[in-house]
Amino acid sequence: MSLELLLFLILALIAIASALGMLLSRHAVYAALFLVLNFATVAVFYLLLNAPFIAMAQITVYAGAIMVLFLFVIMLLGTEVLPPSPVLPWQRPLAFLLALGLLAESVYLLFFRQRLTLSLPATIDPFSGPKAIGQALFTGYLLPFEITSILLLVAMVGAILLTRKER
Amino acid sequence: MTAADFSLFLPLAVLLIWATVLLIVDLFIPKERKGWTASLSALGLALTLFLSLRQWGETASGFGEMLRVDPFATFINALLLLSGLGGVLLAYGSIRRHGVERGEYYTLLLFSVSGMMLMAQARDLILLFLGLELLSIPLYVLAAFALPRLDSEEAGLKYFLLGAFASGFFLYGTALLYGASGTTLLSGIAQAWSQAGRNLFFLVGAALILVGLGFKVALVPFHMWTPDVYQGAPTAVTGFMAAGAKIAGFAALWRIFTEALPGLAPDVTPILWALSALTMLLGNLLAIAQKNVKRMLAYSSIAHAGYILMAFVPFGVPQVRDVALAAGLFYLITYAITNFGAWAVVSALERQAGQGLELDDYAGLGSKAPALALAMTVFMLSLTGVPPTLGLIGKFYLFRSVIEAGFYGLAVLGVLTSLISAYYYLRLVVIMYMRPGEPQPVANPWLNLTWGAMAILTVLFSLIPAPLFWWASQSVLR
Repeated sequence: MSLELLLFLILALIAIASALGMLLSRHAVYAALFLVLNFATVAVFYLLLNAPFIAMAQITVYAGAIMVLFLFVIMLLGTEVLPPSPVLPWQRPLAFLLALGLLAESVYLLFFRQRLTLSLPATIDPFSGPKAIGQALFTGYLLPFEITSILLLVAMVGAILLTRKER
Repeated sequence: MTAADFSLFLPLAVLLIWATVLLIVDLFIPKERKGWTASLSALGLALTLFLSLRQWGETASGFGEMLRVDPFATFINALLLLSGLGGVLLAYGSIRRHGVERGEYYTLLLFSVSGMMLMAQARDLILLFLGLELLSIPLYVLAAFALPRLDSEEAGLKYFLLGAFASGFFLYGTALLYGASGTTLLSGIAQAWSQAGRNLFFLVGAALILVGLGFKVALVPFHMWTPDVYQGAPTAVTGFMAAGAKIAGFAALWRIFTEALPGLAPDVTPILWALSALTMLLGNLLAIAQKNVKRMLAYSSIAHAGYILMAFVPFGVPQVRDVALAAGLFYLITYAITNFGAWAVVSALERQAGQGLELDDYAGLGSKAPALALAMTVFMLSLTGVPPTLGLIGKFYLFRSVIEAGFYGLAVLGVLTSLISAYYYLRLVVIMYMRPGEPQPVANPWLNLTWGAMAILTVLFSLIPAPLFWWASQSVLR
């Protein structure tokens, strides 16, 4: 068993456990923290896949910015503990059926279609590096990049306009 | 980025920078002098229009083929910038009266116009998507601009949620086309199509993009949001949205399908046929039941999306394609002029926000304000397609090109639905002239200018349509 596989298995266990923990915890702050752990684990997956830029983006954007916002909202609203939700009678059987379907699909894909006829073009080697991405953004994709900045400005102005209290 | 790239981008860059600077300048303009913001935004639009018209006749691509300047783009840009000017006029004449005057209105409008222009010029799906969002996000905010009013909030939220959903469709389609061809450039997709041939990814991707844009231009299965949003949004916003978003959406639709997926014509034509037929039928039939003028005009705008789409149905028939597209472009002018006029009249009768919008509020307008009633009559006749108005000429060109392409059923349907529409358009005219009432129209010079000029143009261009049609036929995508 290679080191890489071992690492993958450990990370996979952590990822699944943290996802379950997020689903099962009744305390919203715990759930959010489990989600942070999950995001961080996925970021390490990206590192394993030789994609350092996406890994860092995953940590700064998802685990960092978005989750901090989540926590802010949870704490500001003061709904840390969820009230016990009413049990829907059809929920469990439906979940069971759907899970079974998913299992069947993955078993089929993993064991019966070994040779997937999908041939993706190989990515350019430093494709995932920050240098390559920066170069693409500021040369080939300069115009979309600039338009995106305008778009974010407009969205921000709009959000402020709609939420500001009239003096 | 080279100097050549920049000269292509110049009009758009000027508009974007102007809007950004205006956002700051507006902070220093006192609240009771927002007329300055309005005039500055109009000046920016006029300047961009001048720069854009200077590109007339030029055909070039820049930014690695992403941005295109051709007669088609220049034509659509001019139409969009004029719509923006119409939107500013309409707003300046009404938003203070409706208590929603804030300087950001005009900047958001400028940003929206630049998004629309981007949609007309982009030859890359990523850029097209950004244009679509830059068009939509300011419109979501503008729809909710009369904020404490519930129906305006509802309009904004509804438009936002459904619009985000539609953007998702567009993006998913983009992803599939990218997956099938390995590029987001329209020319690259066309190349990949000719190599790979017919495959499922292209078909599904094109269908999803059609859904996303169909939402923006309010084609029938995707029209649900239109009446509520048009009714709830401030009237000035509705007038601008009805013209601008439609023009930009159709421009993008035309460019994507003719430049990236011309080989898809046999598959897409029946779908377009059905969409066009359904849109004309349902839009006109549902308009009959409306009591509120804004809702009636909303359904009328849905129906007109069907007419405009008609011009696109024969895009797979090479000898008719150009004529049909020219007819479609001509109809866009017709629609924009008539639309602004009609919304200006609606705005003039809306003394307070949300008041005076029922059909019965128009009773007695013929004797109380004869000029206003006459203008509204002209617009209603033009929307129906009765001489001597521009609407007739527009529909004539449309139906003729569809018949030339051999789609007789569609032409017959177009004529029949126009007959149906006569019922509710002329009902408003009858109410204005035949029923007694005490309407109290507002005499605002800017509104008067809008509806007056539009009424004159509607009649004038119907008498001499040749220059306009010549311009449209020079602007066809090749």
